[in-house]
Amino acid sequence: MAAIKVYGAAYSTAAARVLATLHEKGLDYELVHVDMITGEHKKESYISRNPFGQVPAFEDGDLKLFESRAITRYISQQYADKGTSLEFSDPKKQAVANLWIEVEAHHFDPNAQKLNYELTVKPVILGLETDHSVVAEYEPKFEKVLDVYEERLSQSRYLGGDSFTLADLHHLPTIQYLLGSSAKKLFESRPRVNAWVDDITSRPSWTKVVELRNQAFKSSKKE
Amino acid sequence: MATPVKVYGPPMSTALSRVLACLHEKDVEFQLIPINMSKGDHKKPEFLKIQPFGQVPAFQDESITLFESRSICRYICEKHAEKGNKRLYGTNPLEKASIDQWIEAEGQSFNPPSSTLVFQLAFAPRMKLKQDPKAIKQNEDKLQKVLEVYEKRLGESRFLAGDEFSLADLSHLPNTQYLVTAANRAEIFTSKQNVGRWWDEISSRDSWKKVVEMQKSS
Repeated sequence: MAAIKVYGAAYSTAAARVLATLHEKGLDYELVHVDMITGEHKKESYISRNPFGQVPAFEDGDLKLFESRAITRYISQQYADKGTSLEFSDPKKQAVANLWIEVEAHHFDPNAQKLNYELTVKPVILGLETDHSVVAEYEPKFEKVLDVYEERLSQSRYLGGDSFTLADLHHLPTIQYLLGSSAKKLFESRPRVNAWVDDITSRPSWTKVVELRNQAFKSSKKE
Repeated sequence: MATPVKVYGPPMSTALSRVLACLHEKDVEFQLIPINMSKGDHKKPEFLKIQPFGQVPAFQDESITLFESRSICRYICEKHAEKGNKRLYGTNPLEKASIDQWIEAEGQSFNPPSSTLVFQLAFAPRMKLKQDPKAIKQNEDKLQKVLEVYEKRLGESRFLAGDEFSLADLSHLPNTQYLVTAANRAEIFTSKQNVGRWWDEISSRDSWKKVVEMQKSS
């Protein structure tokens, strides 16, 4: 039985962020399904694992954590010698990677999630109509972030530095959803961002997580 | 002797004051470089080179340039682990993981509604901008829900990440300071027993008092 447990669903971007990290590190884990569609994550039985009623929650033996970006950091540091290195051992290099981790968390993801909600979650999952005024509001904001990325990627092979790290990985789940929507054009029109997106989404570990995500969608439709 | 680090921006900036609090906690010497935001200094090409989003703070330590206040704080703690408050970012991986968890909670759940309220209630009037009552109500409700989680947590633990003051608590100081003073919303915090106790304790720290002094005299 795996000491590592992830409570969530692979179609959750935050849960997928953790799964991607575990796959990059080649670690065994158990994914304990939390049925977000029926609101299991808001129920008393789950709240003790994540007091904000959000997914994922995480266990490694006695250690319990929530917040995907804290979990990924923990995994990356605790299992530094396993699988792909997701951090730099040079503290100055890592300081720069940490900076871009914050950029994803505070600039990229908030805007990307607004678009994701209108362009994918509402029409495809909830059967609701896209609110185009929200798209019109957030697309320019998201484009400004991508312009910063385009400039950054002209100076650096990956966002956090010269190799793939958590600074890039954290983007994967939301990018994957946006690639399935009209927002795809925002990446395609920026050559370096486009190349970076292609590169990171083609990683074998990420391909495995996408399979898990697709399986999770199929299972949820049967319910 | 080490060159003092440089912090770019005005002390009234919440994100900048997060960095100042950390520098004081760690006894790290710094030089505050003013950025005149009302003149648009933060949007000029020279500044955009070091902070491409045109926001404050920016930070320099010898050859390294950083932005994003929470990454600057982590850098200061990691570079100067043995200085000042040695427990600020934990002394072992388990403590650090718990601190990271609550720094993320601050960044993802506390910061969005509290930042909006700080802008609407403290800054918009000063800048003679129109307030948005709907945004105020929505974000007050969101903040209440977050503080309910905090109330429960702070009943189990003296500080957010454990029994010691950490970067996780520190991250909350700037927005809460404005909400409690300039925005006249102290009651949101003080009406909850554990949150009120926690706010009293963290805001009484010498490091934070120094930051508040800097804000007042700027």
